[in-house]
Amino acid sequence: MISFAEFGNQLYSGEKSFGFVKYRKVFIGVGLALILISGLLLGLRGLNPGVEFRGGAEFTITGISNADQNKAYTVTKANGLNEGVRVATLGTNALRIQTQTLTQDQAEKIRNGLIEAYKVKAADIDSTTIGPSWGKTVTIKAIWSLVIFLGVIAVILGIYFRTWKMSASALLALMHDITITVGFFALTQVEISPATVIGLLTILGYSLYDTVVVYDKIRELTTDFEGQRRRTYSELVNLAVNQTLVRSINTSVVALLPVASILFIGSYLLGAGTLRDISLALFVGTIIGTLSSIFIASPLLTLLREREIKIQNHNSRVAQFRQGQGAASDEILESAIGPVQVGAHQGQKAQPSRKARSRR
Amino acid sequence: MARTNTTRRATKVLLSLVVLVLLATSALLIGNLWKKQPLTPSLALDLEGGTQMILAPKADANSKGRKNVTQEDIDQAIEIIRKRVDASGVTETEITSQGSSQGGQNIVVSVPGTPDKDTLDLVRSSAQLRFRPVLLAGAPNPVNPTAHAGKDGKPGTPTKDLATAAKETADANKDGKLETKPSGKPKDPSDTAWISEQNTYDFFTRDCAKEPGRHEGTDDPNAAIVACERDGSQKYILGPAEMEGTDVSRADSGQGTSSTGQATGAWVVNLTMNAEGTKKFKALSERLFALKSTDPTRNRFAIVLDGAVVSAPSMNAIIPDGNGQISGNFTAKSAASLANQLKFGSLPLNFDVLSERQISATLGSEHLQKGLWAGLLGLLLVVIYLAWQYRGLSIVALGSLFTAGIMVYGAITLLSNHMGYRLSLAGVAGLIVAVGITADSFIVYFERIRDEVRDGRPLVSAVDEGWARAKRTIIISDMVNLVAAAVLYFLAVGGVQGFAFTLGLTTIIDLIVIIMFTHPLMVLLMKVKFFGQGHRLSGLDPKHLGATSGAVYVGRGQIRMGTGKDDASGMEGTGLSIAERRALAKREEESHSSAAPETVVEKNDQTEKAEGGSQK
Repeated sequence: MISFAEFGNQLYSGEKSFGFVKYRKVFIGVGLALILISGLLLGLRGLNPGVEFRGGAEFTITGISNADQNKAYTVTKANGLNEGVRVATLGTNALRIQTQTLTQDQAEKIRNGLIEAYKVKAADIDSTTIGPSWGKTVTIKAIWSLVIFLGVIAVILGIYFRTWKMSASALLALMHDITITVGFFALTQVEISPATVIGLLTILGYSLYDTVVVYDKIRELTTDFEGQRRRTYSELVNLAVNQTLVRSINTSVVALLPVASILFIGSYLLGAGTLRDISLALFVGTIIGTLSSIFIASPLLTLLREREIKIQNHNSRVAQFRQGQGAASDEILESAIGPVQVGAHQGQKAQPSRKARSRR
Repeated sequence: MARTNTTRRATKVLLSLVVLVLLATSALLIGNLWKKQPLTPSLALDLEGGTQMILAPKADANSKGRKNVTQEDIDQAIEIIRKRVDASGVTETEITSQGSSQGGQNIVVSVPGTPDKDTLDLVRSSAQLRFRPVLLAGAPNPVNPTAHAGKDGKPGTPTKDLATAAKETADANKDGKLETKPSGKPKDPSDTAWISEQNTYDFFTRDCAKEPGRHEGTDDPNAAIVACERDGSQKYILGPAEMEGTDVSRADSGQGTSSTGQATGAWVVNLTMNAEGTKKFKALSERLFALKSTDPTRNRFAIVLDGAVVSAPSMNAIIPDGNGQISGNFTAKSAASLANQLKFGSLPLNFDVLSERQISATLGSEHLQKGLWAGLLGLLLVVIYLAWQYRGLSIVALGSLFTAGIMVYGAITLLSNHMGYRLSLAGVAGLIVAVGITADSFIVYFERIRDEVRDGRPLVSAVDEGWARAKRTIIISDMVNLVAAAVLYFLAVGGVQGFAFTLGLTTIIDLIVIIMFTHPLMVLLMKVKFFGQGHRLSGLDPKHLGATSGAVYVGRGQIRMGTGKDDASGMEGTGLSIAERRALAKREEESHSSAAPETVVEKNDQTEKAEGGSQK
């Protein structure tokens, strides 16, 4: 097996190169298709809101030896609740009972009934009653966070990278991530809780973080790209993505490992809850975020920037240069970036090119 | 020269970090020894167990002019809820406002343990401001009616204990029971006939100096009550409520003016009533003003908030237009406070209970335990992966993660001791997620160093150059994370605040660690043979990283054929000049086929093969 470091070497020197930019239409097309599917899923199936968004009551009993669900139904029936009661077993020794909205008295009665039925202490039972307006408040705030975050980030990235196109394509890639992650929840019908919303909002930070690292490499490689005629802007972008590929893979693996361990422990040992909800959203979002920073963000950037006259002019100059140089120049092209090649002195070709007087 | 300077600087930076960590640790230890502060962070309700209520204040749509809930109202509401909960004897209750004004502010009340229903009802109900006439006023302490004052004015020795004596004296009709009905048929609210036997008993026994707060069932608007001045300085029997807080339309504090319009310099509270309030206040003031010369006690009226008297001014004039002014020994602060209370009473602020959670302590500790296990497992996996990818460098990564871990723990414990921070389950999740983000900084840094090595730089300068480039990337990407954390924190939704806080905190600590620990450590490690010369297992082996043939451009037109064994300062190289090398390369090239791109790849493959062979 080829070692990762060696793989990194080949990607770095351009010896091995994936055509992320070359096949950008395919990647962006797939991205758009996924967004469309997510939108359709969202429209047709919708999300499965948790009790926090529906309004209602939820009781969680822990430390029970006999997780017989029927006892819970008996208790709720005794309190006049015949419909809309959901009982689920969590992990190994816990039970969750969800009902519609209850009054304080009803909730108190059911709580006491459950304590009696399952012979647990008052400390072992967790109860939540949520008014129907709570979910709305949460949703409004989440949307506000999203809008403000996008605004602030657009400005910061725009200033840092000195081109609005980078911040625009980073944000577009971000929207792609969020939409598809939400689509995942629509597809699987996993319950959405406030913890899920936290997870989704964290993806904002993570996905952008990942994209910014790749973009920073692009910025580094493309500063003064007009000063050379060996590579077009898009080729430089592709090289940057390839050079940071090992980093992207390593980073996402390292970020996914803890998240995966929470997800595993959260869902197998604890059942549903804050930890599982956060980690599931993060798990899905991190994978999509990594993929989008490689396959969507950078190709999108080239798509946006290639419309610029500056880039088009440069592209034609590169083409001219290549024609003039012929096949013999290929060696130089390879050595332009990468380790020093012994005996391959580039002579005056290594000097910065001087623009023709007419172009200055 | 430059080398020793950078190492010296690295040592300095590293030492200052050690000092910083030591300072934090000693702050923790001192706090622990002297103030008995715990060495572990305090836990939020979802880990500790307790009851949490999220209340959304809503202004009554019927009231004129006050449809919006302002920050001031929220603060006032929190103040009132706190007073109520404190009065009920529940300690360590946390009451905070949450969210920003755009999405509507919520009040979060967190009561540890399992509070009784009465306490919770107390929190849920809205504040009641009432105006009542004063019927009787006295000293705040309990009075034993059998202890007759001696000649010196001091109370004598009581003949019976307080409860019995008070009951006997209060039981006017001697039937052995304390009536709660008024003793006579009162003709107006100022009539002392309102005072029931129970009121008399309460007035004797109640100790306002000790517990001036509200007493259960003592705020019936249609009966006389016994109430204390809020600061515990006086005790009153008050007539039935004549006005409600809703009758007040405006209240503010300011400097009083004399009849000639000159500022008197004294602080006053100005009251404005609405139409109905004006009528009621006119009637009240006419009746009370009439008593001014004859009965100075019954000349007063009490402003009662939640069963406690906030102020009990005397009525010095008939107020027909609903514009009153309360003067007295106010300071700027106390006047503003009274005005706020009046204003708040005039705002019918009701609470919608958005959510009420009773969190099981067992569930909480189980979550914490499992969460920590998950964190450890995640950390272990990260360490294994890093060791596989970065070999020797993973020691640096591990050390940095460890340092970051200590700093995060210290910071959270200090914050919890001094700023009241509480670690919640979402916060724990934030910490676990942060492992990945922190480790990424090292990955970016290491990859940059490797890139520089691949470019053929000697290791030492690769570390410098790699750092210069990685620094920018790390700072901008951490900035993005910080902004995300800040936005989440300030627009908090439920548990998001705890999560955003730990995320932001770990991002900052990540920056500190990579700048003050990881990089200096790398610089210093370059002095160690194992790393500095790129040992095969150090993860920095130039050959392994594809610095083809280890050739390094050493200046003066010379290229050194580095083998990783040469001294970094070695300038001998191959000893060939450019021309000689060019000739050599040409010869080599001729031995292969012509220069197509594929050839280059092939050539490299061969070089690597050859190297592999020589290593065996």
